[in-house]
Amino acid sequence: MKKYDTPLLDELEKGPFPSFVKEIKKAAAKNEMANDELGQLEYSFKTNRGYWKHGGIVGVLGYGGGVIGRYSDLPDMFPEVKFFHTVRINQPSGWFYTTKALRELMDLCDTYGSGITNMHGSTGDLVFLGARTEDLEPLFAELTSRGWDLGGSGSALRTPSCCVGPARCEWANYDTLEACYQITQEFQDELHRPAFNYKYKIKFAGCAVDCVASIARADCSVIGTWKGPILIDQDAVRWHEKKGMDINREVVDMCPTQCISYDGKELKINNDECNRCMHCITRLHKALKPSGERGATICIGSKAPIVVGSLLSWVIVPFMKMEPPYTEFKELTRKMWDWWDENSHPRERIGEVIEMKGMRSFLEAIGVPPFPQQIKEPRKDPFFFFTEGDIERFKKREEEEKKTGKFIF
Amino acid sequence: MEKITAEKAKEIRRTDVGPPHYGQFLPPVIKKNYGRWKEHEILSPGVMVHTAESGDKIWSVRVATPRLIATDTVREVCDISDKYCGGYVRWTSRNNIEFLVSDEKNLEPIQKELKEKGYMIGGIGPRISNMVHTQGWVHCHGAATDASGLVKAVMDELADYFTTKELPNKLRLALACCVNMCGAVHCSDIAIVAVHTKVPPIDHAKLGKICEIPTVIASCPTKAISPDPATKSVKLKEERCMYCGNCFTVCPAIDIKDPYRDGIAIVVGGKVNSLRSNPKFSKLVIPYMSNEPPRWPKVVAAVKHIVDVYAKNARKHERVGEWADRIGWEKFFKLTGIEFTFQAIDDFTFMRDTLRTASTFKW
Repeated sequence: MKKYDTPLLDELEKGPFPSFVKEIKKAAAKNEMANDELGQLEYSFKTNRGYWKHGGIVGVLGYGGGVIGRYSDLPDMFPEVKFFHTVRINQPSGWFYTTKALRELMDLCDTYGSGITNMHGSTGDLVFLGARTEDLEPLFAELTSRGWDLGGSGSALRTPSCCVGPARCEWANYDTLEACYQITQEFQDELHRPAFNYKYKIKFAGCAVDCVASIARADCSVIGTWKGPILIDQDAVRWHEKKGMDINREVVDMCPTQCISYDGKELKINNDECNRCMHCITRLHKALKPSGERGATICIGSKAPIVVGSLLSWVIVPFMKMEPPYTEFKELTRKMWDWWDENSHPRERIGEVIEMKGMRSFLEAIGVPPFPQQIKEPRKDPFFFFTEGDIERFKKREEEEKKTGKFIF
Repeated sequence: MEKITAEKAKEIRRTDVGPPHYGQFLPPVIKKNYGRWKEHEILSPGVMVHTAESGDKIWSVRVATPRLIATDTVREVCDISDKYCGGYVRWTSRNNIEFLVSDEKNLEPIQKELKEKGYMIGGIGPRISNMVHTQGWVHCHGAATDASGLVKAVMDELADYFTTKELPNKLRLALACCVNMCGAVHCSDIAIVAVHTKVPPIDHAKLGKICEIPTVIASCPTKAISPDPATKSVKLKEERCMYCGNCFTVCPAIDIKDPYRDGIAIVVGGKVNSLRSNPKFSKLVIPYMSNEPPRWPKVVAAVKHIVDVYAKNARKHERVGEWADRIGWEKFFKLTGIEFTFQAIDDFTFMRDTLRTASTFKW
């Protein structure tokens, strides 16, 4: 095996944070591909430039995604990374593993890949970094015969992901792990065979803390919430105070809706005014907990800035029960995809299409009525559309008012 | 392990099986108390304990990883999990590993062994957790910088905030190696974003052969690209180009990468949770610093400086963006001493939202 001098990368073996260079070297000690990855990376550091070509079309029979073609731009210098494709493996909900399963996966990565993984890719997949074209089919067979499958790539449903949820968190308002699993299973075709105009991401967060950043980076953000009052354990409030918390300063004064009061003895919450931001619950975590009906707020549209600016997801369905078999969520998703498909050009995310076509077009297509919960404030300009039906409806109502003598606004 | 033959592969392959059910990967104490956790407590920067309604407990010991890890490292993690955690382990959404300890008597020994083996324990509570980041020069075609290298350099400098030191609230760092932001860093307390800064040269001979011209034209958000029948390629209106690289993504004959001009920007004040204030985008404060591998000293110093000013000035529980919103961004620039530039004034889609419309500002 060729030995590369890596004086620049060696600098990144120093320091307290775990070193990715040590990791590449560990793999390179027994894998030619990892060794040439190391060589090419040092060359990038030396010349201030990356040397990977655009993705090419590679994959496994019957799928259109899951593998991202990657080829070195310098195959003569680094022949072992001439083909260095990314293999995305759909992670289990919540990234829980047994060591038995992980060891099997690592053996496959050594046999068919470079011995380098990403744990995990940004979307959530377990990534084998670097595989040759001819190894893709056998690797796929090994994976699927053991109950694993590829994740999404390209213009398709991307691998859904979720927070740790009810597995180890008291704040989960619905079962994020089961929702993620069942929705992923339901849409296997959309995940493996790119049929959309662009990518579509779904992320399941159990509460507004949003540990999977769903509001910022999922076309569909499913954020857990509740409808009942916040239950208060007054003894536990005093436990927090004894531990040094200034309850008025740290909780009462920081409540965005000013619905909390504390007189040194009793904490009170005006639940009618609460917007469920979770600040008080996360601070007084031993004392406060949500109660009543549980479900999720469905928000749509977020994405990174490419191309005309980032979007955060918009509230579409203020409250939905999220319980197996998730029929309402599945049906809504299909309706949204149909509308998106009919109204978009290639490489347009659903949020961008809603911006272009208007929220009304979208809401009508998916059968969701207008709610004030969908907006921060009503429109400020006087340019609004009416359909014939709108005017008819307003006129009809006025006719009725004349009959009853009672105005309805 | 030996590779299987093509015939064998055909015989055993299945499709559309989806991911395995998570249930088989949950430790028994989690299975038993699933959905019935009562409360948790942070015992130290890297250890928390969750208590169920039944009284059962599970301790989570969190360690950092560089995300890119060798198979042998995962095997080592497996050995440790077998020894102390009954063979169960999980990863977090920020590339940390959580060792799930069901038996309290294993809590000290596992931490001791992790420390001995060089693992960094921490990242829980009002601290800096691991950085979310992209592929960089390790594996991406469009990267304007390396990702893992810059993350390593930044986290080495800020390691104390992972392992021990506290901040007013948690501080989320992220890095994207181009504005494509496949790590979606645009809602982070402090994010490093690598930027291309030059109108890309076009290889006209190549473009007509390997790229779809209508797709290339459509890819440009500022309509800078138009067809050029003379060259059977495209024309680029230079003054309209803001180097987003979207054309390069659809057409490799347009070369956006430039070793001298590619650089680093810093955006600040984003968050994803709804605690106290709504989720926020990060905002541009430093538009450009040169790319200086292997340790990017100026970028590291800039991030450290912003963390320090925040730590000194923010109120308890305020995130970076909440602090900046409260004091005003003019004050943010004053306190940090960062030069205010034309680049920080939005002249694109968010202009109307971001310009000031009142005379109530601070000197």
